[in-house]
Amino acid sequence: MTNTLGHLAMAPEDTDVLDKILARHLKDPGPLIPVLQDVQRRFGHLSRENLAYIARALRIPLSDVFGTASFYAQFYLAPRGENMVRVCQGTACHVQGSGEILAAFADALGIDAGETTADGEFSLERVACVGSCGLAPVVMINDKTFGRLSPEDVPLLLAKISTPLGEPQEKAHNQPQEDPS
Amino acid sequence: MGITLTIDGQQTQVPEGTTIFNAARELGITVPHLCYHPMLSVIGACRLCIVEVEGLGALPASCSTPVREGMVVATESPRVIEARRQILDLLLANHPEDCLTCEKTGDCRLQAYAYKYGVKRSSYQGDVKHYDADENNPFFIRDHNKCILCGRCVYMCAEKVGANVYTFAYRGFETKIAAGLDTGLENSPCIFCGNCISVCPTGALQPKLIRGQGRVFDVDKVQTVCPYCGVGCAISLQINQGKIIGAVGANGPANNNLLCVKGRFGWDFIQHRDRLKEPLVRKGGELVPVSWDEALSYAAARLLAIKDKYGPGALGGLSSAKCTNEENYLFQKFIRLVLGTNNVDHCARLCHASTITGLSYAFGSGAATNSIAELEEAELILVVGSNTLEAHPVIGFWLHQAQRRGATLIVIDPRRTDLAEKADLFLQLAPGTDVALYLGMMHVIVGEGLHDREFIEERCEGFPELAAILPDYPPAKVAAMTGVPPEDIIKAARLYASSKRATILYAMGITQHTSGTANVASLANLAMLTGNVGRPSTGIYPLRGQNNVQGACDMGALPDYLPGYQRVAKEEVRALFEEKWGRPLPHDRGLTVLEMMEAARAGKIRAMYIMGENPVLSDPDMAGTEAALEKLDFLIVQDIFPTETTRYAHVVLPGASFAEKDGTFTNTERRIQRIRKAIEPVGESLPDWQIISKLSARMGYPMEYPSAAAVMDEIASVTPIYGGVSYDRLGDRGLQWPCPHRDHPGTKFLHHERFAGGKGRLAVVRPQVPAEVPDDEYPFILSTGRHLYHYHTGTMSRRSYGLETFRPEAYVEVNPGTAADLGIEEGELVAVATRRGEIVLKALITDRVGPRVLFIPFHYREAPANLLTNPARDPKAQIPELKVCAARLTKIRQVEEPLQEVVYTT
Repeated sequence: MTNTLGHLAMAPEDTDVLDKILARHLKDPGPLIPVLQDVQRRFGHLSRENLAYIARALRIPLSDVFGTASFYAQFYLAPRGENMVRVCQGTACHVQGSGEILAAFADALGIDAGETTADGEFSLERVACVGSCGLAPVVMINDKTFGRLSPEDVPLLLAKISTPLGEPQEKAHNQPQEDPS
Repeated sequence: MGITLTIDGQQTQVPEGTTIFNAARELGITVPHLCYHPMLSVIGACRLCIVEVEGLGALPASCSTPVREGMVVATESPRVIEARRQILDLLLANHPEDCLTCEKTGDCRLQAYAYKYGVKRSSYQGDVKHYDADENNPFFIRDHNKCILCGRCVYMCAEKVGANVYTFAYRGFETKIAAGLDTGLENSPCIFCGNCISVCPTGALQPKLIRGQGRVFDVDKVQTVCPYCGVGCAISLQINQGKIIGAVGANGPANNNLLCVKGRFGWDFIQHRDRLKEPLVRKGGELVPVSWDEALSYAAARLLAIKDKYGPGALGGLSSAKCTNEENYLFQKFIRLVLGTNNVDHCARLCHASTITGLSYAFGSGAATNSIAELEEAELILVVGSNTLEAHPVIGFWLHQAQRRGATLIVIDPRRTDLAEKADLFLQLAPGTDVALYLGMMHVIVGEGLHDREFIEERCEGFPELAAILPDYPPAKVAAMTGVPPEDIIKAARLYASSKRATILYAMGITQHTSGTANVASLANLAMLTGNVGRPSTGIYPLRGQNNVQGACDMGALPDYLPGYQRVAKEEVRALFEEKWGRPLPHDRGLTVLEMMEAARAGKIRAMYIMGENPVLSDPDMAGTEAALEKLDFLIVQDIFPTETTRYAHVVLPGASFAEKDGTFTNTERRIQRIRKAIEPVGESLPDWQIISKLSARMGYPMEYPSAAAVMDEIASVTPIYGGVSYDRLGDRGLQWPCPHRDHPGTKFLHHERFAGGKGRLAVVRPQVPAEVPDDEYPFILSTGRHLYHYHTGTMSRRSYGLETFRPEAYVEVNPGTAADLGIEEGELVAVATRRGEIVLKALITDRVGPRVLFIPFHYREAPANLLTNPARDPKAQIPELKVCAARLTKIRQVEEPLQEVVYTT
C-alpha cells in the first residue's frame, strides 16, 4: 500500500550488514559506488530491497541509485548462479570459433548469454577479452581459465564443474587445458 | 556591458552569459528544439538546436552555448538543416508509426519537425525498441517506444517536483527512462502529479482517460481554479463538445503550470453518473424527484413555519468552503436577513478556527502573511504540523525548489512524513506537545540573545510577560516533555532565529487540538521574537485546506463576523450593513458548527440549511452528528452528490459544480481568482448562488443579481479588504486582498510597517495536555488526517477513476515494532476502538508513526475515522481535537493461542 520501498521491514541480519558497509563509507565523497561494490561482494548481487535501503540511508534518490547500478556491467541486479561461465569473444577467440563455443554453452545450459539457470547453478556471460589469446578459444569458469576448446568439450567441462562429489569423468581426447597462470 | 552578435542577419545586443538560443528568441527566432524547456535546466540531449557559427568547425547546441562578441550565427543554414534531418531520421528509426491513433498528433514536436524538414519514414533499418508500456497504474501510460530520451521528464521530476522518480537506466541501445527501480511507476516514488506529461514532447506520456477522447484540435480549454485544496492552482479543463476529457496546468501565480494528482486526474467526478440532477423531497420516507418550484416552495414554507413557531434561534446554516465567494456571501446574508439568526458557520471551524483566534490575536489578521511565490527566496523554512507533500503538494514543490536554491528545511511533526524525509532537520515530537517545544525554542532564542530587540521594542507588546516564563522551559526539560532531543531543539531555535528570511508554514497538526489557539499563538510568538514577519520571504502561512475556505471566512460565513472580518457584536458595523442590505441584523452571537450539533441534539435547533458540507463524515464523533441531524424537524442539504448527510435531509437541492458556473475562489495566499464556466450545469442543477436567490425570494427577500460578477460588485462595496475587486480586474492572476479600492494592485505580504491590529501581541501560553490521553484501556494515541490521493470525505475524489482505483481502501498506520509485538501482519484486518466507537480496517505497517501512535485517514465512509475522534474543543476557537485521542488496537482474527498481552505504561 505504500509507494516507497525500503520502509517495510527487512531482516535485522541483513540491515546490520548493510549498516556496517554504509558506516565504512560515510565520510567518502560520492560513497554510492563503493557501497554498491561492497554490498554486491557480500550478497552476490544488488537486490531491490538493498538498493532501496542504500538510497534511503545515503539520502540519494532511489532512481539515481538505480541509474548507477544499472549502468555498469559490474553490477548485477539479479542473483547470479553459483558458477560464472564467461565465454571470451575477443578477436583471437572469435577467429578460433568462440561463437560456436558460446552456442554450445547456451545449448548445454538451456539459457542465453546474460541469464542464469533456473536451479541457480550457472550464469552465462560473454566477455570482451580474457587475455589468454594463445589458448583461444577461451572460457573462464569462476576463476579458472580453460583454453583450446571445441564445442564437444563443453558438456564434459560443465559436468566436471557441477559434480564436486561426482566420479571422475572420462577424459576426452582433446582435453581442455587449464591455464597454468 | 552587453555582447553584440548577429543571428540570421539581424544584429542584437544581449547580456553576457545569454545563450545563443535565448538571444535568438529575443529576436523572435525560435530555434527548433526537443529537450530544452524554459522551466528546466539546460539538458543538451537532443542536439536539434544546433546552429552554424562562422569560424567554428562543429555545430554547437544553441541551448547551452553562450554568445560571444561578434558571433555570426545562422540558425537554418544548409549544413544545419542537413544535420537536423539526420537527427530526426535517427529518432524516427526507433519510433513507432502511430501518428494516426496517437493522442499527441498535431501537438507532437517530433511530428512537427519531421513535417518542417520533410523527413519521411526513416531510412535506417535495424533493431528497434520493443519495451512493454508502463501502464499498471490508473493515471497515465509511459510508452517507452515513443520516448526519445530527451530527459525533460527526468529534469521536471528532479528540479520542480522533487520526487526524483526518473533516471536514465541501463546503457547504449538499451537505455530507457526508468521509474524508481524499474519495477513500474506504481512501485516507484511517483506521486502521479503528471507534471512530466506536460513537458513530454512526444506521445510517450499520456493520461489514460484521454485516450480516444480528443486531440489538440478537437479540444477547447477553459482556465479555472482547481476545486480541491487551498493552494488554488490554475488549471485548464479540456473539453470536447461539452464533455470534460482532461485537465492540464495553467500559469497561475500559485502553481506556475504545475499540478498535483488530484488537480490533473481528479476532474472526472464532474460528469459522474451519481451527480444530483434534480431536486428531491422526502415523501413517505423516501427522497423523490420533484420540480424546483415544488422543492423551493416546500423548503420556504417549512423554514418560515419553524421560524414562526420556535424563533430565529432555532434555525442554523452551514455554508460551504467549496462554494464561491459570491455564494458564501449570499448564504450568510440569507441566514442573517431571512432566517434572522447569526447561526451560520462552516468547516473552517474544524480546521483553522484556532488560526482565527490565535493569529488574529497576535497580528490582527488570521490570514497567511506572505505569498506562495515568496517561498522561493526563503532561507529557512519551518514546517510544523503540515504533511505538505500530501496535503498541499504544489506548495511542497515550492519547498523543494527553495531547498535546491539552498534553503534549510526544518520539519516538526509526530509522523515521519515524506516531507520529514527531505528535511535538513526533523523534530519528531509527541502528539499534543507543541507549546512546550516552542517555549523551549523561545527559551534558547531569548536566552542566547538571538531575538530581534528592535523589532520587539517598536512593533510588539507583551514581551516582558512572555520572557518571564521562558526560564521554566530549558531544552532538557522540554526534551522530556516532547520526546525531542535537546540538541535538536537548540539547533532548530538557532537556525530559525539567525535567519532574516525565515518563514513558518503550519496546518492541522497545529490547529486541531484543544490547545489549538495556544499552538498558533506560540508560532506567532516565534515570528515576532525574531522579527521574521512583515518582510518578503518571512511570516507565517496557515495552509488553508479547502479551495475556498479562506473566501468563506472572508465573506463572513461565521457566527461572529460579517464580511471582511467586521464583528457582528459591534453596533456601528451592524448599522453599516443594515443600511446597505435594507433589513435589520440579528445581534446575538451565533453558534458554531459543533455547538449547532449539540443544540440540535438538545432540541434547540430544529431546522438547518447545509450547503456543500458533509458533517456526518467530517465532524468528530460521528454518532453524535447523526443523532443531531436525525432529531431535526427539517433539513435542507444542497450538494453536487448524495452524501452521508443527504441521507438525513428532507429536501435535497442539486448544486452545479465549480466547472458549471462563474465565480471566485480565494486561496491560502489571499488571492482571489476567477473560476469560469466550462460546461452547462448537469441535469437540472443550478449554481448555488442562484438557488439561494430563489429560496430567498420565496421567503420575502429577493436577492436578484444578473450575474456572479454583480454579486462581487456588491461584496466590494461592503467589504473593505475586497474593495477594489471586480471581474474586469481579476484576469488570469487574480488579486490578493487587502485590495481596498479599484486602483490598488493588491497586497503581496502583510504587516509591512505595522501589524493589522497595530502592535503585534506576544502571548503568554503554557503547555496543555490533550483532552484524552492514553491509559491502560486505550494505550495508543490516535491521530487522523489525509493522504495525497483522496480529499476529505471523498465525495469528489472517490468518484474519480484514477484516485479511487489507486487508493480504494481504508487503513491504519501501525509502527513495525508495535505490529511485531501484537503479531499483526501487513494488510491484516484489525479493529481500532475509542470511547466513541470502533472500526475495522487493514493495517499498514510503516515507520511513519512511532510505536505508540496510530494514524487513520478520514476519507473512507466504510471505516469512518470520525466515528472514533473526540469532540472535545479548544475553548476559544471551538475547534475539535481531531489530532489526538486515546485508542485501542486489536487483531480481528480469532486465534487458537492467546496473543501475548502487551501493556504500555507511561
